[in-house]
This record gives sequence, structure tokens and C-alpha cells, in this order.
Amino acid sequence: MRISVPREIAPAERRAAATPDSVKKLIKLGFEVAVEAGIGVEASLPDADYTAAGASVMDDTKALWAQADIVLKVQPPLQHEGLGVHEADLLPEGATIVCFVQADLNPDVPEKLAARKATVLAVEQVPRISRAQKMDVLSSMANVAGYRAIIEAAHAFGSFFTGQFTAAGKVPPGKVLVIGAGVAGLAAAGAARGLGAIVRAFDTRSAVRDQVTSMGAEFLEVEIEEEGETAGGYSKVMSQAFIDAEMAMFREQAKDVDIVVTTALIQGRKAPILWTTDMVESMKEGSVVVDMAAIKGGNCELTQNGEHVVHNGVHVIGHSDLSTRMPTTASNLYSMNLVHMLDEFGGAEGWNLDLTNEIARGMVLYIDGVEPVLPELPEKAEKPKPAPKPAPEPAKVEEVAARPPAVKDVKPPPKGGWISAILGLALIVPWLYYKLADPGGLANPSTAVAFLQHMTVFVLSIIIGWHVVWSVTPALHTPLMSVTNAISGIIVLGGIVVVDKTDQPLVFWLGIGAILLATINIAGGFLVTQRMLKMFHR
Amino acid sequence: MVETALLATAYLLAGVLFILSLRGLSNQETARQGNVYGIIGMLIAIAAVVIGAKHLDYVSVVGAVLIAVVIGGTMAARVAMTAMPEMVALLHSFVGAAAVLVGVAYFVNEGDAIYGNTILLTEIYIDVFIGSITFTGSVVAFLKLKGSISFLKWKWWISGKPLLLPGRHALNIAMCLACVVMYGMTVAGTGTADGGGLMMLLITAVISGVLGIHLVVAIGGADMPVVVSMLNSYSGWTAAAAGFMLSNDLLIITGALVGSSGAILSYIMCVAMARSIWNVIFGGFGAAPPKGAKKPQADTSGLSVIETDFSEVAGWLTNSKHVVITPGYGMAVARAAGAVYEVTQLLRKKGIKVEFAIHPVAGRLPGHMNVLLAEANVPYDIVLEMDEINDDLPKVDTVLVIGANDIVNPGAETDTDSPIYGMPVIQVWNAGQVVMLKRSRAVGYAGVDNPLFYKENTAMFFGDAKDSMDAVYAELKKAAAA
Repeated sequence: MRISVPREIAPAERRAAATPDSVKKLIKLGFEVAVEAGIGVEASLPDADYTAAGASVMDDTKALWAQADIVLKVQPPLQHEGLGVHEADLLPEGATIVCFVQADLNPDVPEKLAARKATVLAVEQVPRISRAQKMDVLSSMANVAGYRAIIEAAHAFGSFFTGQFTAAGKVPPGKVLVIGAGVAGLAAAGAARGLGAIVRAFDTRSAVRDQVTSMGAEFLEVEIEEEGETAGGYSKVMSQAFIDAEMAMFREQAKDVDIVVTTALIQGRKAPILWTTDMVESMKEGSVVVDMAAIKGGNCELTQNGEHVVHNGVHVIGHSDLSTRMPTTASNLYSMNLVHMLDEFGGAEGWNLDLTNEIARGMVLYIDGVEPVLPELPEKAEKPKPAPKPAPEPAKVEEVAARPPAVKDVKPPPKGGWISAILGLALIVPWLYYKLADPGGLANPSTAVAFLQHMTVFVLSIIIGWHVVWSVTPALHTPLMSVTNAISGIIVLGGIVVVDKTDQPLVFWLGIGAILLATINIAGGFLVTQRMLKMFHR
Repeated sequence: MVETALLATAYLLAGVLFILSLRGLSNQETARQGNVYGIIGMLIAIAAVVIGAKHLDYVSVVGAVLIAVVIGGTMAARVAMTAMPEMVALLHSFVGAAAVLVGVAYFVNEGDAIYGNTILLTEIYIDVFIGSITFTGSVVAFLKLKGSISFLKWKWWISGKPLLLPGRHALNIAMCLACVVMYGMTVAGTGTADGGGLMMLLITAVISGVLGIHLVVAIGGADMPVVVSMLNSYSGWTAAAAGFMLSNDLLIITGALVGSSGAILSYIMCVAMARSIWNVIFGGFGAAPPKGAKKPQADTSGLSVIETDFSEVAGWLTNSKHVVITPGYGMAVARAAGAVYEVTQLLRKKGIKVEFAIHPVAGRLPGHMNVLLAEANVPYDIVLEMDEINDDLPKVDTVLVIGANDIVNPGAETDTDSPIYGMPVIQVWNAGQVVMLKRSRAVGYAGVDNPLFYKENTAMFFGDAKDSMDAVYAELKKAAAA
């Protein structure tokens, strides 16, 4: 199957849907890959690298489209000014196209593609399930955009992010507030931390608290309990009381922070207004607001999509092309997402848009120009993101809580148990002895005394052994086994004693046999231990 | 009297030296010295007994000792470190066999006089009983570990799978009872005339031998570390029983030391595998149907894994500041330790911190991985225990998991239905990037699917571990040259 990757024609679009690395992987999946000349120029990916990776680089845009079984793109098809034709019309009939479609923003695109009897995979519709994370272009792009948001802010901000003490005086650290700790928010928080700023983050979903703190940021909270997560892992609309408390907190923060990054989007709705005009006005002059929700209307009242405005000395940045502004990394991540997608659908040999596959179901807009009828899903379909668990049985929770995460203390064994076992043994054996011993035994106190003495030695030795062996480092447990192997060959003494005592040939040879076996143990055990211990070095 | 005093002194010295010998193993620096203490102790003990002997046939004894030293020495020099578990198991069986021989010899030597002495009879029976279990159990363990035996042109394969006879616990109890009956009859003097007593002792030896076989065949291949530790313990108790029988304190001391050592190792292994120690002692624990066997395990059939290749892995490694390698027995099987060491050296030269994380049950013997890494020249100070590394893992950039599976299974912590639930594991998933080197997607010994494979920060690198590591090494080398 042939994949064609044209150069993006949208103005200011600098990403590419394939990189030399992704081309290699696509070829590995069995595809033939052709790219348009100059595809990666804006992303610092020269044509020669594509050729080296195995792609054919074509100058003729029309021919490139015409030969395609699958077209990979970033932006939806657009009117191609240079050729005077719409990209959708360049697509051969019945071919497949994989790109952002965003039908709500580009209502004419789906129709045009349907007219070409195209199979359309909309990358923005990859379902949010763990299996599909490696194909999730929205996450990839949000990650890049979050990082870039901080870079844009730093560019507009007139001071350091990190605090410094210099000979000339003290520079206070920048304070960054990130609203919405999704992928973009976390990336922004991480980037700001990396530059040395003090970072705070807010999110209505308390589940992200750990992720926020793991980025080194402080998690802000309002004092109303309300869970803001939908089953799909997105945010939902909150109650009025919650919003009031939230806004009050933001007003407090506005006086303090230098940079605000807002990333709050609610599925299928206009972005909520979280940063009002009065908050902007209460910010210090020179402060920056980066509104990552600009394309959906913005979280800040003053945001203008695609613009950088200054209000009362405060910068309000509403660029909606943040990921495009980091074209190399964005192209890399986007193209790898596509590779995983094509792999998921079977690669070149096993290409199959199986509509019982949840990922295909989510992404497919058209198959050969018609909206597909989705088959009933078999039962086992993966639930979108591990749904918040119905409260597990309390007993189990306790069990989990009681179990230390790592057995830090294999060491303190149930000491009491062992000591009482040993004591018990020490008491029971003499009792058994008096109980069972024949009159001869009792009549012969020296035998009994000798036995009890042996018992004493035995019990004390176990206690010593117990303590000594716990001090052995686990790294040397194998040598420990071989050395105990060797010293348990001490049973050779038994053999010698028997051989010494006897004048019966049978006993003699049994004794010699015992000596032989035990000595193999002694020699083998000590020598192999020595051999092993020699290997240990710093 | 002087001789007795000398002998007792020699025993005291030897006993202390043995304790020091174990004590020396508390760290790597003193370990070799500890081993030397053990050797000296052994020589003193043997010398004292030989000197104190009345009419020893020196020719036969020295002959036997020489032959044994040659055999033992050859074994020790030739054994591959991967085959240490087999060697250890075989040596356990020798202790058991020697104890049985000594017990029977002692019984025969005492003649009819023995029937009046219940204590001695009891001691002999205990000695033979434990000795015989240790002997046959260790032989079975040895065979299972080896996987096959060949004799001339014939070759038999031995399955590592547990063999579970119906009603096996009842069978075990019956065998123990039979031994008790033999003992009771001997003590009571029933039918012991004309060598009948010896017959009963031999029958006891055979029955307990069958018991030993039965206890160990019921245990699966992956649980061998526990079994070998347990047999190590038994071999100690055998020696101690022989000590009681012979009124020899040194045997008692040594037996107790070895017995507790094996017991501790078994305990550690049981904790590390989330098994009950009692199940181990009574056999067949490896095959107890897992708690959640009836419930289907989390269905992972629809999930997919991310595959990677050597160049990507080399890239991750080079860009890391801190790399942790978690080896399992698969690394030993693939003889990949050397290749792993080469990669480690290269990374360390670049200033990348490389550490090894060892799970207590990695390998087929407690501490087995440490020996294999030491053999491959890996310095021991970068080889860490699970507990030492787990807290650091969130700060680690890349983790290579080589030939290990169950010991890094997050299900052990979260999935209450998992048969390995409760087993402490190395929390590799907390690191930035995990690379699993594996031959295939098969499950580990515990037969449990591993959710780690499907995590987004896990990449699977399929193939023979040695070839894979060699490829990574070549790639790193190339990058370094460029």
C-alpha cells in the first residue's frame, strides 16, 4: 500500500505528518512511502533525510496525491491556491485520508471528502482509553503546546522565572498559575518549574493532584468538595457555589502571580470564562496571561483568538497555534502517533478498519464516502478510562492500606513466634523424654542429663544461628547456602566415629560411605564458595 | 580424660569458627575471610577426631577422603554459576545420605544392646527419617532443576511441572504414621529378633525416602528457590539429629546453625513470593489453586503493547541520567550477563549512573542473581536490593527489565484476584521509561498476565536477551564513535 504525505498548505502550519523516523517505521510496517518535496523544511527536516529513510520525495503534488492509497496530513484538506484546486479533489476516489478534520470548525470538509468516496479517519477522535494513548494526537499536541505556552509567556515577561541573588541585588522568582491540569497544563507546569518559577496549579478534578505535585507544583484547592471528572476523564461543568469559590480564589491569586496559563476546556462547549477583566486589571503591570483555550473562545474575557493584546500593561496571549510553533517536536510526536495508528489497523499487509475495534469506531467518519453503520460491540469493550471504582469492600481497602508498599521489613520476623516455638520445644522435649523414656532411661540419670545438655547446646545454637544469619547480606545468600552445605558436611565426624568404633565390616563400609559423601560436601562446598566470593568486587 | 578435654576444646573452637564463618558473610569484604574460618574450623574438627580415634583404619579413611576431595574439588571448579542451584541441591542430598548411612551403621553396631535405650532409638529414627527425606527430596530437586538426565545415549526429560496426586496430604500423613508405627514396634521390641529391627529401620528409610520424593514432586519449577532453601534447612536438622545420636555437640551446633540458616532463607523466600511457610513444609504449595482462579483475570487480550528496537533503546539509555537494570532468570538462561556488563560499562563511562535491582526471588536460588552478576564482573556496590531501589525509581529515567516478569508485575500490588497478590515487586513502572527484554509475550512462571506490558511508558523489546543487548551495545558504540 502506498502512503503519500503532502506538504501542509495552511498558512502558518509548520508541522509535517511524516518525519524521517516515522517513514522508517512505516516502511517497516510494509508501506511504500512518498512525501512531497520540502515537506519538512519548516520543521528542520531536510528532504535528503526522508530519502535516506527510504521515502521517495516527489515534486509533483498532483502525482503524489494521485498515487496514494492512504494520505497522511496534519490539517484538514484546504483549497490549494498554487494549483487552484481543493485538496479533497486531489484525493483519488476510494482512498483513505488521515488528518485533523474538526468538522465543527470546517463544516465543508466532510462533505467534500464524502463526495470523493473517501475513507476518513479523524485523528482528533482517538478515544481516550489507555490502549489508544500512543495514538492520541490531542495529548501529544497539548503537551507541546503547554510547553510552548510557557516559552511565549517568558518571551513577553520582562523578568527572570528563577529567583537570583546577584551582586546588583535580588531578583524574585516568577510565580506561575496554571489553570486546568490536563496534558497541556501539566506540560506548562513542568516547563515553568524547569525555568525555576514557583508554580501553582488548579484543577476541578482532584485526581490530578498527584500529577501536579509530581511536577513540583503546588496544587491549589477551593474549600468546596465537588468532583469535576466525567467518566471519560474530561472536566464537566461545576455548580455555581463551586464556581464562586473558585473565582474568589483566582482573584486572590491574580494579585500575586506574574504568569497565568489557562487550559480549561469542557467537551463540546465554549470554553468557560475563568479569568475576568477585573482579574487582569488587578495583575501587576508586565504580567502575562496565556490563554490556551483561545480557539474555543478563551478562558480569559480579554482573549482574542490568534492575537497578542496588551490591556493595562498586562499581556493577554491568545495564540491558537502553539504546537505549530514547535514544528520539529510536534511533527515527531504527531507522525509517531500516526505510525501507531496505522499499526493498530494492521499495517500494510493486514489493513483492516475493523469497526468492532473501539479506536477505529471512534475515528472513522466515512468508509468509501458513506457513514459506516457501527456494529454492536461485544461485551468486553474496554471502558473509557478506568471508571471511578465503585467503593470497594471496606475489608479489602483495609488490607491494602495495611500492607506496606515494599516489604522494608522482611527483617523483623515474627520474633515472638519463633522464640516461643523454641521455648516450647525446649520444654516439650524433656517432658516427652520423661513420659516416654523406659525405666532404664530414668534409672540412668547420666543419660538423661547428657540429653538435656545436648538440648541446651541445640537450642542456644539455633538462637545464635538465627541472629548470625539475619545479618548476612541478601547479596551473599548463594554463598551462604554453599558454605552451610560445606559445614553440614561435619557429619563426616559421625562417619569417622562409627568407623573407629566398629569391627563389623558392614558398619565399617557404611561409615566409609558416609565419610566419602560428607567429604565431597566439605570440599565442594568450601571451594565453590571461595570461587564465588572471588568474583565479588567493587 | 585429657583426650576428652582436648576434643571438647577442639569442638568449641570449630563451633566458634563456624559461627564466625557465617558472620563473615554479612558483607562482601569479610566474606572470603569468613570462608577461610569455616575451612579452618572444619580441619580442626576432623583433626581432633582422627587424633582421638582408637583404632582407625587410616588407609581406608584417607583413601575415601582423597577420592571425595577430588570429586568435590572437580565439581566446585567446573560448575557453571547458572548451575549453582543444581550443585547446592546435590550437596544437600549427600548430607542426607550420609546421615542415613551413619544412622544405620550406628544401629547395626550397637547390636541387641540398643533395644533397651529408647532415647538412642528415638534419635536414630529421627536421624534416618529426616536424612532420608533430605536425600530423596534433594535428588528430585536436583533433577527438576537440571531439567533432564542423560545416561549413555539415553536421555530423559524431567518436567518442572508439579505432580499432584489425589489425596496427597492424606498420603503424606499415612507415610508419617507408617514410620511412627515402625518406631513404636522397634521401641516395644516387637519382632525385632533376628535382624527384624534393622529391617524396620530400613523400611522407615524407604518410606521417608518416598515421602521426600512426594513432597518435592508436588512443587513447581518456579518455586525451587523456596524448596532448595527448605532442603538446606532439613540438611542442617539432619546433622543435628546425628549429633544427638552420637552425643556430639559440634554436630548439634553445626546442624542448628545450618538449620536456622535454611529456615531463614525459606522465610525470606516465602515472604518475597507471598507464600505461606507451612504450605512449603507440607509440600504442594506451588500448585494450590490461586485464590482468584475462578474469576477471569483482567482481560488484556484487546490491549496492545508498544514494541521497540535496539536503536531506540540505545537512544533512551544515552539520554538518561540514571539507568536501572532489573535482571531475572531469563538473563541467566540467555547467558546475557556479559553483554549486560558491557553495556553497563559503556554507560558508566559516559557518566550515566547505572544500578541493578535484584528481587529476592530472581534466579533459582536466594542471591543467585548477585552471583551471576558478580561472575559477569559487575561491581557489587551497584547491585541493590529491591527495598533499596524502590523509593528511588520515580527519579530513574530508564529501566531495563531483562528476562524477568512476575517480579515487576504491578498486579501483585493492585489486583486482589491475582495469584501473586501481596508479593512485593520492584516498582519499575514508576520510572520514566521501561524496556522489557523478553523472548515472547508469554506469561511468567506464575501464569499471570502482566499489566506492565500495556503501560504507555513500557516498551517491549522482543528477542533473545543476549542478541538484544549485543545490538544495543553495538549501537551505543557506534554513537560514541560518531
